[in-house]
Amino acid sequence: MVQYVTSRLDASFAVLSDATRRGVLEQLGRSDASITELADKFHMTLTGMKKHVGVLEHAGFVTTQKVGRVRTCKLGLRRLEEEAAWIEHYRQLWASRFDALDGVIEDLKRKEEAND
Amino acid sequence: MTNPTTIERKSDHELVVTRTFNGPARIVFEAWTKPELMKLWWAPKSSGVPLRSCEMDVRVGGGYRLEFGKDAASSFAFFGQYLEVEPPSRLVWTNEESQDAAVTTVTFEDRDGQTLLTLHERYPTKEALDEAMAGMADGMPEQFEQLDALLADLGK
Repeated sequence: MVQYVTSRLDASFAVLSDATRRGVLEQLGRSDASITELADKFHMTLTGMKKHVGVLEHAGFVTTQKVGRVRTCKLGLRRLEEEAAWIEHYRQLWASRFDALDGVIEDLKRKEEAND
Repeated sequence: MTNPTTIERKSDHELVVTRTFNGPARIVFEAWTKPELMKLWWAPKSSGVPLRSCEMDVRVGGGYRLEFGKDAASSFAFFGQYLEVEPPSRLVWTNEESQDAAVTTVTFEDRDGQTLLTLHERYPTKEALDEAMAGMADGMPEQFEQLDALLADLGK
């Protein structure tokens, strides 16, 4: 189970490590687009953009559909919940630590004020 | 009212945690550099694993050693060296308990009597960061049960 989640996360973060691919996701979040439109937008060749879209599609972030001669891209069903949950664990450790630190800081402040 | 803690994975190797504290940087810095204060917060009680000992020689090249555990047999240690010590604004230290451990940079910025704290961890490899976080995820459910118990105690 842990292995499975880890390898999926590996794949997701690898996909998202590229600025163009993150840009494409943002773009598709606003509206669907054809590969040609995306290539123009990101100043890339059609072949280059096809590769990026292929990677996103493979990871489930994007789906494509061919209508006539145009391939339209839209956001996939898979959102970033797992990725967010993974980071959330780490945040909670720091949050609980820092909540305890709040108490220490309050004490130190009070002592400082008492000494003034 | 506690301030929100944010965490971001900045790259394959880096994590950044930020948090604001309601006190000046010199006080927040003190809490990170005096062992008797560090002991009060570094191991959240909710973790159920107390900090058994805390030795810190806070100067460039000085070492630190934090031992966690309920008894000697089950204890484990984190240790390393301070690379930069600039009171009250910056601390950098290594973690040397494993080859895959991070270098940690903490900065303290004064903001009208409050302190913006930024903690940055750089891991040697992407795998090391993944593993550090996966380890965290495994322990968390138990830690939060203990936190629940603690909160219930405090509420009495």
